[in-house]
Amino acid sequence: MKVLQNLFTFYRDGMKNMTVGKTLWVLVLIKLFVMFVILKIFFFPDLLNTHFDDDASRADYVQQQLIEKSK
Amino acid sequence: MEILNASLVDWSRAQFALTAAYHWLFVPLTLGLGIIMSVMETLYVRTGKEEWKRAAKFWMTLFGVNFAIGVATGLILEFEFGTNWSNYSWFVGDIFGAPLAIEGVLAFFMEATFISIMFFGWKRVSKKFHLTSTWLTVLGATISSLWILVANAWMQYPAGSAFNAATARAEMTDFWSVLFSPVAMNKFFHTVISAWVLGSIFVIGVSSWFLLRKRQTDFALKSIKIAAIFGLGSSILLLTTGHGSAYHVAQRQPMKLAVMEGLYDGQKKADLLAIGILKSGKTYNDGSDPFVFKIPVPIPGLLSWMGHDDCDAFVPGIRDIIEGGYTQNDGTEALSFVEKQSRGKQSIRALADYRTATEEDAKKEAETRLLKDYAYFGYGYVEKAEDMIPNVPLVFYSFHIMVILGGYFIVLFIVVLAYRKKFENIRWLQRVALWSIPLAYIAGQAGWVVAEVGRQPWAIQDVLPVNAAVSDISAGSVQLTFFIFLALFTTLLVAEIRIMTRQIKKGPEAETV
Repeated sequence: MKVLQNLFTFYRDGMKNMTVGKTLWVLVLIKLFVMFVILKIFFFPDLLNTHFDDDASRADYVQQQLIEKSK
Repeated sequence: MEILNASLVDWSRAQFALTAAYHWLFVPLTLGLGIIMSVMETLYVRTGKEEWKRAAKFWMTLFGVNFAIGVATGLILEFEFGTNWSNYSWFVGDIFGAPLAIEGVLAFFMEATFISIMFFGWKRVSKKFHLTSTWLTVLGATISSLWILVANAWMQYPAGSAFNAATARAEMTDFWSVLFSPVAMNKFFHTVISAWVLGSIFVIGVSSWFLLRKRQTDFALKSIKIAAIFGLGSSILLLTTGHGSAYHVAQRQPMKLAVMEGLYDGQKKADLLAIGILKSGKTYNDGSDPFVFKIPVPIPGLLSWMGHDDCDAFVPGIRDIIEGGYTQNDGTEALSFVEKQSRGKQSIRALADYRTATEEDAKKEAETRLLKDYAYFGYGYVEKAEDMIPNVPLVFYSFHIMVILGGYFIVLFIVVLAYRKKFENIRWLQRVALWSIPLAYIAGQAGWVVAEVGRQPWAIQDVLPVNAAVSDISAGSVQLTFFIFLALFTTLLVAEIRIMTRQIKKGPEAETV
């Protein structure tokens, strides 16, 4: 418990005393929001995971693709 | 339909290139600056001199800015795998799963844990523990890059794996062959050491800015000394790993080497070109001289030596690789493109037979045929010989820009070290050093262009070309996200430059982080 408390104090004090770090944290959070909430969800679905329920169906689809794309 | 597909492949490639290029603006400074600030902190712990602590903290702040802006930009590449390159993503899933998981879990958490001690722990932990955390942060970042580069190297030289027709993917048969493949090891050291050179140039350049402003002279000269020694040592190591790269390319991707040198017709005792201007409109088999003018390096057979460790060795040109018939290093005769294409088509046909077979024996027979010609599987997707040739001018000029800049950096480090006692007063040299910062980035980007454009049309060498690796999606959606990324990354880059410039102007006297 003491260790966790020390760890919490360590990060709390560190964050409090930041200068340029605060701006950077804001930038990092905006960036991560744009990446994971906007881009990943709306623009970058994992096609195979979205369209198929199991690995066997994914393998079957890619196998078919590999054959058809050579024609 | 063909135009739409070509456009889809081109846009998907452009988007991946854009993301990777921006990502590589952030990574090398993290790796290079990390070592230099760690060395400075080590000097502080060993000597107890506050000036080294101040210097270490200043460079650490710039490291932090770069790290924060750049962190996670590489994850976007993984998004693109799943959406734009789903066939490829499935195909390599079993190989890349382990390295990327290790990268995510071990290396990233190592960085994340120790970076907080590095920034927050100056007054909270002992000097030695803090120093250890600084080194472990840099080590974590370096190990992180190892796994990514192992994955990239596997695409150039798919070792330690076998194709499974049932799962339609390459499966790992030997983890250690993937990790310790000679291509992966050389790529890792060459890439990381190039980042060390960039970090050194950055420190010398920024320090020169202070000298030009007549500020922080002692700090600047000390930083320059450390960076120049480290940079020169790194540059010399880079020469040896560069030779390693040329050797592995010659052995496993001869087309890339031929394109890097604009070599259409193979030669024994082939020379390396220092510079050259390519003619436009050259076709691979028209027999004409591809150059408007060229100046070879005055060491006979240097290209043969780089590629084959033998000044007299034959280096195949683009035409030879397409037409085949020359003797390869292993003593076998090289197959022509037409022969490889035919074998590739047979292998793909065998996969189709495997798919439709209902009897176990028929499946086994089809699988045997598939694996017999699997080494040429990807050639079955390539329509014509010309499609085998990467963009010659782009690769040729990128390679020579990289090499010329590499040579220039060695000279710069030597000159800076030679004049270090007078450096404070040589303003033209300070300006040259400052303006060398963008050159270091250009060299790094050029190196990646050679590595990645030079291996086209392959997503995985000889096995999967980009037109088979790409997803069945509309080119329009890729175009849209291309421009979203362009805006996002440009915003991040502008933010990085502004914050970093502000921090540099404050100088090492400011209490930062």
